[in-house]
Amino acid sequence: MELILQQFFNLEILQKVTPLLLRGLATTAYLCALVIPLGLAGGLAVALLSLSRWRAVVWTGVVLVDLFRAAPPLVLLILIYSGLPFAGITLSPTVAVCLAFFLNTSSYYGEIYRAGMDSVGRGQWEAARSTGLGAAATIVYVVLPQAVRNVLPDLVSNTIEVVKLTSIASVVSFPELLYSADMARSLTFNSTPVVLAAAIYVVVLWPLVRLVSRLERRVAAH
Amino acid sequence: MSTWERFLDTFFKPAMIAQYWPDILKGALVTVEIAAAVVLTGLVVGLALASLRAYRILPVNALIVAFVDVFRALPPLVAILLVYFGLPSVGINLPSFVVLWVVLSLVLAAFAEEIFWAGITSTPKGQWEAARSTGLTFSTTLAHVVLPQAIRLGVPPLTNRTIAITKNTALGTVIGVGEILNEATTLQSFTGNATPLMMGAIAYIALFVPVVALGRWIETRFAWRRA
Repeated sequence: MELILQQFFNLEILQKVTPLLLRGLATTAYLCALVIPLGLAGGLAVALLSLSRWRAVVWTGVVLVDLFRAAPPLVLLILIYSGLPFAGITLSPTVAVCLAFFLNTSSYYGEIYRAGMDSVGRGQWEAARSTGLGAAATIVYVVLPQAVRNVLPDLVSNTIEVVKLTSIASVVSFPELLYSADMARSLTFNSTPVVLAAAIYVVVLWPLVRLVSRLERRVAAH
Repeated sequence: MSTWERFLDTFFKPAMIAQYWPDILKGALVTVEIAAAVVLTGLVVGLALASLRAYRILPVNALIVAFVDVFRALPPLVAILLVYFGLPSVGINLPSFVVLWVVLSLVLAAFAEEIFWAGITSTPKGQWEAARSTGLTFSTTLAHVVLPQAIRLGVPPLTNRTIAITKNTALGTVIGVGEILNEATTLQSFTGNATPLMMGAIAYIALFVPVVALGRWIETRFAWRRA
């Protein structure tokens, strides 16, 4: 028991590493502020491909989405971060992380938007078009608002996954929360910093996890 | 050398592909083994927890909910590092593949529990009452009436979650599990060429594109429209 407290809940170490980890948390927040909007925008673009009149465009979208959903995000990240320099393209960790996340999260968000747009009845499109709205206006003012409402739980749930996924940026030395905690662990030979990082993730994300459960129940009740 | 040749030489060097494909294949086997073990353990534990929760024993349910919420909020890589580097300091030494298997199984179990539980609660009360009034016990009702429907309802959401979690086997590279990514990065730094990395990426895509396509199919096949 003593040993467990000493190794995992060491107050002295906790005090020492808290500022470092809070800086890591700020960096994680900064990273999220970059990759979540990028993914949401990219996902919307991919989803719009599926509405195209041309089969070739529709299939390009499907292939892209399936390809980037099949590659584990860490593989994409390492391929971009340590593979591209061989082709003479060296990216900073931040850019590499953003690019890998953009490719991965756009595919997931794209599938969610697509499911949302599928859930909007054909009649809504037809009614909007027959009142004289153009295709773009129909999508923006009629279809998307309903689509987003229908898949809101999935959008929030995927966003939680993206926030959790930012922890893999530690592998390419991007100084986010997990990287800071792992640094502190190897310097102190003690697991307390990683326990603290885990606690921070849980405290930050737990309300969102609860929110998803509630949203899911509300949408299911409809 | 033209740009195209240099590109091929950097990312698709034939000599290297010929020499190292057995290593990548070995990694692929490890990936498949761990992924299969995780899917099996995670789904079984998740189903067991959801069934246990149906008995509504207050302290037990509180524990299950706490477990599920924590593992839904915790990034898997954090849990992996915590278990892998933390346990040895209290005298428990687990091989890295066991750590990966246990952590990913727990993550999948948490998500699976939540999905199966949603299925159990969405079974109309009348079905419980009808089953109980024909003389079935609570446990038999759960096992033979409610769970078959709950499992079926859970298939589409579970498929995607399961695929996403099996892809997390790549995280094992961080603690030195010899799966595809680990073999690929080791070979890459050993040869100073990006070909092994490309081979690894292709191996993942070859492995998971069929799974993703299957997932798409299962999703439409099992989409159970309730009236």
